[in-house]
Amino acid sequence: MSTTSVLGGVVKRREDPALVRGKGLFVDDLKVAGLAHVAFVRSPLAHAKIKSIDTTAAIAMPGVLAVYTAAEVNHLGPLVAQVAVGKLRPLLADGVVKHVGEAVAMVVADNRYQAADAAEAVEVDYEALPAIVDLKEALSDKAKVHDDLDSNVLITWEAGPWGNAEGIAETQEKIKAAKEQEGAVVVSLEMVNQRLIPTAIEPRSVVADWNSGYERFTVHSSTQIPHALAGALAKTFGLASNAVRVIAPEVGGGFGCKLNVYNDEVLVCFASQQLGRPVKFTETRRESPNSTIQGRGWIGTATITGTADGEILGFELVGIADMGAYTQNFTVAIPFLGTFVGSGQYGFPTYWKIDCVTTHTMTTDAYRGAGRPEAMYYLERIVDAYARKIGMDGADVRKRNFIPAEAFPNAVSPIGFAMDTGRYNENLEALVALPAYADMLAERDAARAEGKLAGFGLSSYVEVCGFGPSALTGLGFSWSAYGLPSAFNGSGLVRVNPDGTATVIIGTGPSGQGHETTWAQIVAEQLGMSVDQIRVTHGDSAESPFGVGTFGSRSAAVDGSATYEAALKVKDKASKIAAHMLEASESDIRFEAGGAHVAGSPESAVPWSEIALRAYQPHTLPEGMEGGLEAHAIFSPGNATWPFGAHAALVEVDADTGDVRLRRYLTMDDCGNVINPMIVDGQLHGGLAQGVGQAMFEEAIYDDDGNLLTTSLMDYLLPTAADLPNWELHRTVTPSNVNPLGVKGIGEAGTIGSAQTIVNAVVDALSPLGVEHVEMPVRPRRVWEAIQAAKGGN
Amino acid sequence: MYPRKFDYAAPTTLAEALSALSGENAKVMAGGMSLIPLLKLRLLSPALVVDLGRLEGLDSIDDRGDHLAIGALVRHYQTAGAESLPAALRTAAGWTGDVQVRNRGTTCGSVAHADLASDQPGAILALGGTMVAQGPGGTREIAADDFFVDAMTTALGADEILTEIRVPKKEGSSAYDKLGRRGGHTDYAVAGAAAWVAKSNGAISDCRVALTGVSTKPTLATAVAEAVIGTDGSGKAIEAAAAKAADGIPILEDLYGTVAYKTHLAQVFTRRALTAALAG
Amino acid sequence: MEVSLTVNGRAVQSDVEPRTLLVHFLRENLNLTGTHVGCETGYCGACTVMVDGRTAKSCTLLAVQADGRDITTIEGLAVNGELHAVQEGFWERHGLQCGYCTPGMIMSAVGLLQENPDPTEDEIRHGIEGNLCRCTGYHNIVKAIEYAAARLQGKTPPPAEWEEVSA
Repeated sequence: MSTTSVLGGVVKRREDPALVRGKGLFVDDLKVAGLAHVAFVRSPLAHAKIKSIDTTAAIAMPGVLAVYTAAEVNHLGPLVAQVAVGKLRPLLADGVVKHVGEAVAMVVADNRYQAADAAEAVEVDYEALPAIVDLKEALSDKAKVHDDLDSNVLITWEAGPWGNAEGIAETQEKIKAAKEQEGAVVVSLEMVNQRLIPTAIEPRSVVADWNSGYERFTVHSSTQIPHALAGALAKTFGLASNAVRVIAPEVGGGFGCKLNVYNDEVLVCFASQQLGRPVKFTETRRESPNSTIQGRGWIGTATITGTADGEILGFELVGIADMGAYTQNFTVAIPFLGTFVGSGQYGFPTYWKIDCVTTHTMTTDAYRGAGRPEAMYYLERIVDAYARKIGMDGADVRKRNFIPAEAFPNAVSPIGFAMDTGRYNENLEALVALPAYADMLAERDAARAEGKLAGFGLSSYVEVCGFGPSALTGLGFSWSAYGLPSAFNGSGLVRVNPDGTATVIIGTGPSGQGHETTWAQIVAEQLGMSVDQIRVTHGDSAESPFGVGTFGSRSAAVDGSATYEAALKVKDKASKIAAHMLEASESDIRFEAGGAHVAGSPESAVPWSEIALRAYQPHTLPEGMEGGLEAHAIFSPGNATWPFGAHAALVEVDADTGDVRLRRYLTMDDCGNVINPMIVDGQLHGGLAQGVGQAMFEEAIYDDDGNLLTTSLMDYLLPTAADLPNWELHRTVTPSNVNPLGVKGIGEAGTIGSAQTIVNAVVDALSPLGVEHVEMPVRPRRVWEAIQAAKGGN
Repeated sequence: MYPRKFDYAAPTTLAEALSALSGENAKVMAGGMSLIPLLKLRLLSPALVVDLGRLEGLDSIDDRGDHLAIGALVRHYQTAGAESLPAALRTAAGWTGDVQVRNRGTTCGSVAHADLASDQPGAILALGGTMVAQGPGGTREIAADDFFVDAMTTALGADEILTEIRVPKKEGSSAYDKLGRRGGHTDYAVAGAAAWVAKSNGAISDCRVALTGVSTKPTLATAVAEAVIGTDGSGKAIEAAAAKAADGIPILEDLYGTVAYKTHLAQVFTRRALTAALAG
Repeated sequence: MEVSLTVNGRAVQSDVEPRTLLVHFLRENLNLTGTHVGCETGYCGACTVMVDGRTAKSCTLLAVQADGRDITTIEGLAVNGELHAVQEGFWERHGLQCGYCTPGMIMSAVGLLQENPDPTEDEIRHGIEGNLCRCTGYHNIVKAIEYAAARLQGKTPPPAEWEEVSA
């Protein structure tokens, strides 16, 4: 792609020079005088009564400053949650533990080795109780996870359309009638969308420093939501919001797992207040899977009813989703988010019912895609199975059932959500028309001709991103528990400094998305500045304008749009100043090449430094004009955005071992307008690796007693460079109409589109043997077993 | 993440090392690739770690006429790159861990640690290697057949050091093949087989196959050797012999495979390793 | 225990507990916080440094083992402020996002190119197998290393997949 415009062009990242030198500041890098360190005593059992806790030996150990248990911290709990359905997490377990790894006591010591030593010396006497891990068992309510809840089912999300009982009944009727039609084809599969451990390579870390003189907390945390964390801490400690300053410096990956307020964040603040010292907690990798949220964990039956010639008459998904033991930030809202895209890009009647059940396991919450990968997995797996069953090309079946381009901009999904823009047929046709697409099919056929098992997989997808709409809070997503206004808006502040440089301060909490570059491009384009003149800062709740954070592929669409509007305001004022300086009409002022000039006379330009100086010397301004040159804007989106696309994969399977190798991966994504193609592609690359990771490698495995067997990277298999191919990316561009930049968001597309593409390809490879489905991850063992089962005639 | 306290000794002579090791709850460390993670996870807490890293003269692979001697401080990358060593061992060393692990970890350390899913112990067993152990009572030689006792348990005494592994120089060729946990050859073996074969007058005259990843320890597939010796080594003969790979061997299941799957893989990799060895 | 070693060309002496891991020694005692910790089983590679010219995971090495050794960390790569070709490659080819795995990844790439100055794509992918990245899907890391390999050999790097605009 070639462009001469800064907006839409590749600019190398401004973030990188520090990071490649090892000079980026992450939370654990922070040194503060007098820093004390925390280690937690964690439950080895999934469900147990705590009979006693003896801390005497631990307290007597060298360097130990304090050991806290529930009694000391109960007044601050339980942990706040946005969607407070279910049992909220106690800060420290009080009399009973509900999952392995639950924090039972907190040790504070002079250094982390001493803290770890003392944590080991805390004696806890447990009485083991039976654990519920299996989702169907939990659903049966034969035994309960929490005695004080009526049921293990925390909430049931039923949709089709959403929130409309009459409409749902009608949809069910329609599908029932379709099934009874002569010649109806019904394809149904029960499939697991396994639990995952998000595994940001930077373990979470938090440093809290209470200054009793200023009565203020300064908290550094590896969080995606600095403002929300500040709000939650202020609320928890009964402080004014400006008495808590949260700084998220460099954050080493988030993917949703740092989109939570954690009990350890509250507890280190408490300890700092108690001890009068700054206190740090850094997770170890081994404790992380049980102290940081996990993702997914669904089992569901997807059913398609259609005609023999490819018209789909109905789709149903009935399933159970694992919430874990305690509700944290969004928890039960993740399956709800899945319903938003339950019908994908299609117009057919869709019925969705997901029971959210609690189990004796770690909390689940948002992991890259959050509900949408699950939704797309079930839908696109079963569409694939249907196409296979009726012997039609998968692309043709999809195109036949897509919502047509003409339906936009007024398209409403069968689930009941207004969608912004979409050209689904065109997008899939563009993928199919790529030479690589035909090559992949030819390579599959050639491999088959050599007697190999090779498969080609296809999936289309749609996402809902750019949260927004602000009024989403009306559906139960409330930030009020975090002491924040309940609106999904974004903000940006643009300040032209007296020397003619600009500072842009935003309310997002990036963790590698390149906001410092992208936002500079947005502002540079408007102000005619070079990107190098602009510095973007973020992640400091005391200094940056309010924003809810970085998640749900929302930052560019929402906070980016706010920044764009702030830049327009600055430009507007600067136009007036420049018009005054150049004795021209304001409407003739153009900003380019680092300054302003009158249209048609670039030679008589005034640089930003001169315009800015005037602004900061109000006596030199036109009469009545206020001094200063900065503006703040809030962007309140009227709707979410709906990115979409289509992916294709080529795999080869070793029939003897079941080993799956991913040979090629091809995409046609549509995220609306693109601000920086390099960064957008990078987001896709990473998203793809995580979707492929789910499909092929990753799985959080619990045994029947609730022990997590995959707490180290030895057993929780992340894809390595050697496991993945080069990604072959292409795109169509269908601008969104819900924000001025026309962007849709790209952070999760790769993940949402890919897991089912891989499984579809594996099933295609094995279909000559009669295999209809292989559960994720498609590890060699599973694939081999599927082959054996098919051979056995099962 | 944070090991418990221990004392540390870095002797410069073998005598000092043995003397240090004679104390209560002392543990030998060469590259540390196996030991240090266990210390960090607090799964092991020795009173004393005896670091062999400062010993002289143990970091080479020496040709001693009828065998090659791999010193205690020979790193995986050296073993992988030593053209004098049989292919099975070189391949196994090259597939051990990752680059950084191969830069520091030692072949002797891996063999002494005897993780049931690691690559080199099986290769050493198939090649009929000999372990040289030095202890307070002097030096003793332990045949690979007798060395591996159980999961992470060897015939090595707590006060002994595996100073050298001897790989016999004999006619024949060898190969190693495996399925790693991530598929391909990456990571620990779900299952693997190392095979050594000798041919004379067009027939297989001798053979040893060792399995890794499927039982508590690297295990000789004796039924395979018996079945293949005397045959012409044709595909059919190998296939028939490989079918006996798991005969008489207790196969264990883990997160990566059931008994049936591992039994099957033992056969597949026996076939592949034998085929590759014969092609070599 | 007393240890003396060379870190980034500078002689360093310190008193450490035997159990202190090299990575903690570098980060806490020497304030070289560019070397990161991502796991405890030696799988993620974020802590990769050079020990006597070969890559090693500093979380799986005791500080006392490094006595007398020559250590290079990410902070020691640039010479007189000028980025090493691998660092430059990561910047030029968008080989990083969050930047957390990056120092270890760069050290591994430097080690790889020392051993194999002109690696194939497959050799690069296997050469960085001991370093996990969760952001980039590795695509641009491979491109970054290809860029650096060319630069170190005095060749023109393969073209980027994009054209830069003048910013």
